[in-house]
Amino acid sequence: MNREGRPTGAGETQAPRSRTFTGNKALQIEEPLIFERADYGHGGVDLPEPEGLSTNLAGLEQESAPDLPGLSEPEIMRHYVRLSQKNFSIDGGFYPLGSCTMKHNPRLNEKMARLPGFADIHPLQPQSTVQGALELQHEISGWLCNITGMSAVTLAPRAGAHGELAGMMAIRAALEARGDARSVVLTPESSHGTNPATASLVGYKVKAIPARADGTVSVEAVREHLGPDVAGIMITNPNTCGLFERDFAAISAAVHEAGGFVYGDGANLNALMGRADVAALGVDAMHINLHKTFSTPHGGGGPGAGPVVFSKALAPFAPLPLLREKYGVFSLIENPDEAENASPFGRMAAFQGQMGVFVRALSYMLSHGGNGLARSTDDAVLNANYIRARLADVMSLPFGNQSCMHEVLFDDAFLKDTGVTTLDFAKAMIDEGFHPMTVYFPLVVHGAMLIEPTESESKETLDQFIETMRALVKAARSGETGRFTNAPVFAPRRRLDETRAARQPVLVYEGKI
Amino acid sequence: MSDTKYTEDHEYIQIEGDIATIGITDYAQGQLGDVVFVELPETGASFAKGDEAAVIESVKAASEVYAPISCAVIEVNSILEGEPAIVNSDPEGEGWFMKVSISDEAELEELMDEDAYKAFIAEL
Repeated sequence: MNREGRPTGAGETQAPRSRTFTGNKALQIEEPLIFERADYGHGGVDLPEPEGLSTNLAGLEQESAPDLPGLSEPEIMRHYVRLSQKNFSIDGGFYPLGSCTMKHNPRLNEKMARLPGFADIHPLQPQSTVQGALELQHEISGWLCNITGMSAVTLAPRAGAHGELAGMMAIRAALEARGDARSVVLTPESSHGTNPATASLVGYKVKAIPARADGTVSVEAVREHLGPDVAGIMITNPNTCGLFERDFAAISAAVHEAGGFVYGDGANLNALMGRADVAALGVDAMHINLHKTFSTPHGGGGPGAGPVVFSKALAPFAPLPLLREKYGVFSLIENPDEAENASPFGRMAAFQGQMGVFVRALSYMLSHGGNGLARSTDDAVLNANYIRARLADVMSLPFGNQSCMHEVLFDDAFLKDTGVTTLDFAKAMIDEGFHPMTVYFPLVVHGAMLIEPTESESKETLDQFIETMRALVKAARSGETGRFTNAPVFAPRRRLDETRAARQPVLVYEGKI
Repeated sequence: MSDTKYTEDHEYIQIEGDIATIGITDYAQGQLGDVVFVELPETGASFAKGDEAAVIESVKAASEVYAPISCAVIEVNSILEGEPAIVNSDPEGEGWFMKVSISDEAELEELMDEDAYKAFIAEL
């Protein structure tokens, strides 16, 4: 209390009013849709009526103002700033969204990406005027080959799944080049869902391989499905359960022996970078999500970049453009006839890739150095294991209390008979100020909760998270069901109706304009 | 005479003579949660036992519905395409997926009867 008897501390509030006159909560503004608050028929800028204007539009001139919301610059500024303040981001808080690698994006990366020599160039500029940008692409290609031990790289794919497509198209091209078209691609059940989707898109029939009791796939299970019709295997390592595929090298050897290729999904490289030799694991192609492992802002649709590294066997089939260096001059080979000793399968996209992402990724690599990247891998794995170790006694681990890699997977067995589901639990975490983990993925465990802390977080943050999780588990098990089934209570909006959103989506504004 | 058999993938098959009705069990719809989309096969399509016959999508996941036996589709429940919620409200009645002609009656012997299926889901 202060001298006037008003509450001053966080804990001294009296029973709060449920509503304010405005609907706002203190300085958190209840923001309407832009269409609802706009004044139609007005513009944000007052321009004088043009005098004596003549056009060549032959009477097709628009005579009324367009139906655009009429807002002034400060109004439109506030609208979008307020919306952005309701958004949750890695800059604002802990974001343990499993499989997404939401690590801190160093501000140095942003500074580098804004250098005019990188930011203000155009893909159609003569190559002699963008030598610095091409050198940067050459440099990052070298880093990616070094980190993985692979022979070649393409920077063209725009994101992870696009990279998978590039890798599988190279595998198909290599098989066709030896006159050995095959029809089946194997994918373990613990692989990313994009793996079977990619194989299917490239025209292969997909065969799923079940995991063994410890959550990984065994070389025996793979051998059972191998044969002359198998083009290869797509395997995510660490897998979606956060576990290292310990039979990986043996699986690769078996697949190679059967004449197939190995696609390694590199989306989880954050657990391997600088510590595992991808080439030695027998991988023929692997995409690398620069936006995840090498820290560029992602989520909400991009931009990303999914370069693919290739083994010696697949390198000749890498897609165009090919980046070459001769006597210190960098050039892009865009024409298959000019590709010496190579038979590129085609090209993935117009132009050369996501320049802004390359700059940020190289900035991250250079600021860590090789040893620093290995250290960040260690910290990412340590953080996930710290969470596992401190929650193992109150939550449930589907494959026993074994070491995980960069993310830890729990199932919902600990919520049995509480009336609380995984989704309810996740919503209660929002009330506590934490972005929920990934839920109901992977599908191989019941009510999955996949937590990926990344190397960015301090022990203090992890401890706070762990204590919150322990408190929530205790509440669920002691019958405080309402805390979960009603959550979120304190968010700007209560629980969204996901079912109705999927069954009857409203994709355009339907109110009055 | 009507007889119902079940698979480990939670499809049911109600047999009436040489015609059968296929759908997913009440247990399956409960696990999936609210169903938001159903993709049915074409009438006339034929499947071998275990083939992917339909796709079902819920707020939690997308899954496949497999043919419990080798069969040919004679009718699909196209109402589900507009009202997938029926799969939740009445999975083993109005929420059926397709009617098929049975290709090989011997395959029915490999499926579970109601008691065996109840025991199977009790273990899960």
